[in-house]
Amino acid sequence: MRAKDGLQGRAAAESAAAVVTVRVFRFHPETSAPPRYQDYRVPAAPGMTVLDALVHIKERLDATLAYRSSCRMGICGSCGMFINGFPRLACQTQLHTLGSLVQVEPLPNYPVVRDVVPDLEPMVRHHTSVRPFLIRKDGEREPPTAEYLQTPEELEGYLQFAYCIKCGLCLAACPTVATDPDFTGPQALAQAYRYCADSRDDGLAARRAALDSLHGVWRCHLAGACTEACPKGVDPALAIQLLKRLAVATALGLGRRRLAPQAPPPVAVQRRPDIPAPPPPTVEVRHGGGSG
Amino acid sequence: MRESQWWLISLGAAALMVLLLTVHMGLMHLAGLLRAAGVDLGDVRSFAAVMARGRSAVQLIFYLLFLAAALYHGLYGLRSVLLEVTPPRRQGLLSGLVLLAGLAAFAYGTYVTVRTFTG
Repeated sequence: MRAKDGLQGRAAAESAAAVVTVRVFRFHPETSAPPRYQDYRVPAAPGMTVLDALVHIKERLDATLAYRSSCRMGICGSCGMFINGFPRLACQTQLHTLGSLVQVEPLPNYPVVRDVVPDLEPMVRHHTSVRPFLIRKDGEREPPTAEYLQTPEELEGYLQFAYCIKCGLCLAACPTVATDPDFTGPQALAQAYRYCADSRDDGLAARRAALDSLHGVWRCHLAGACTEACPKGVDPALAIQLLKRLAVATALGLGRRRLAPQAPPPVAVQRRPDIPAPPPPTVEVRHGGGSG
Repeated sequence: MRESQWWLISLGAAALMVLLLTVHMGLMHLAGLLRAAGVDLGDVRSFAAVMARGRSAVQLIFYLLFLAAALYHGLYGLRSVLLEVTPPRRQGLLSGLVLLAGLAAFAYGTYVTVRTFTG
C-alpha cells in the first residue's frame, strides 16, 4: 500500500514537473551507423540529476542507451560525462541548472566505448606510470611493520590531493591532453604529488622518469581547466606547479626533507577485554624488503 | 638530462641575457644617459670604435656568451611552442632539428665574431 502511494506520488510529481529535452550522443561500435544525437523528453522533477534523467530514459524510453554509473553520490567517479559542454559528474549535476536543453556526450580526450561511456584506459595507464603508492628506500613495504609517525601539518601538505576519485574529468578538460595524448595528465600528476609530498614516501626518484620528462610536468601550461572541472575540489594545477618546484629543487640538490619515522613497537600492551581480537589475515603478509 | 635541467639552463640563460643585455644597451644605445651621468664613452658606433671592440678578447667572450644565451633561450622557447603542434612520434625529431639549427647558428655567429677578432 505504502509502495503504491509512493509510485503514485512519484507519477504525480513527474506529471507536474517541467519537461526538458535531453540530447544524448549515441554511438554503437558494432553497427555501421555513424555517431548521432538523439533527443528524449524527460520530466524534470525538483532535485533530479542528469543521471536520474538517464536512468529515466533507460528504464522508460530507450533501453538501448548505455552509460556508466555506480554510487549516485559523487564518490565513485563512474558517471563523468560532457554535459552542456563541460565535464561533470552526472550524479552531481542538477537538471534545473542546465536549462531546457541538456546535451550529454562522452568525455572528450578519451576513446568512446559506446554512447556516453568513455574508455578510461589512458587515465589508468598514466596513473599507474607515476607509481601511486608509498615507496620507501628503507625497504619497508605495505603493510608496514609499524605505524608511521606523521604530524597533522605533514598530512595537510597532501590531504586535498588524496580526495581524487579518479573520475577523469580533469583529463577531459585539459587542453594539453587534447594535443598530446602522451602527456601524463593532471590526474596522474596530482596523485604523483600526493605521494611525493607525503612524509612517509621516499619515491620521488622512482617517479622522476614519468614526471620530469617531455610529457610530464613541463607540458602543463597552467590553463587551470582541470581544477575548474574537479568535482571534489582537488587542485591538480597547483599540484603540477608544486611538482615543478620539487623537480627543480631535486635538480639543484635542494629540498631534502625528513622521512616519517616508524613508531617503536608497543611494549607491555594488553588488549582490553571488551575489544575483540582481529580476525586472522586472509592473505599471507610478508614484511621487510625485497620485491614481489 | 632531465627536462627540469634543460629548463633551469633556460632560466640561467635568461638571467645571463639580462646582465649582458644591460651592458650592451648601456654601451651601445644609452651613451647619452651615461654621458649625463658623467661617463663619456665617446662615439661608440663609429667604424674605429666598432673595429676596436671586435679585436678585444673581452668583447669576444662577451658576444660569444651573449650569442649562446640568446640562442639557447630563444630556441628552447621555440621548441616548447612547436611541441604543442607536433605529434608525439615526431617530437624527438623536432628537438633534434631545433638543436641542429641552434648549433648551426652558433657556429656561424662564432665564425663572424672570431673573424672580426682575428682581423
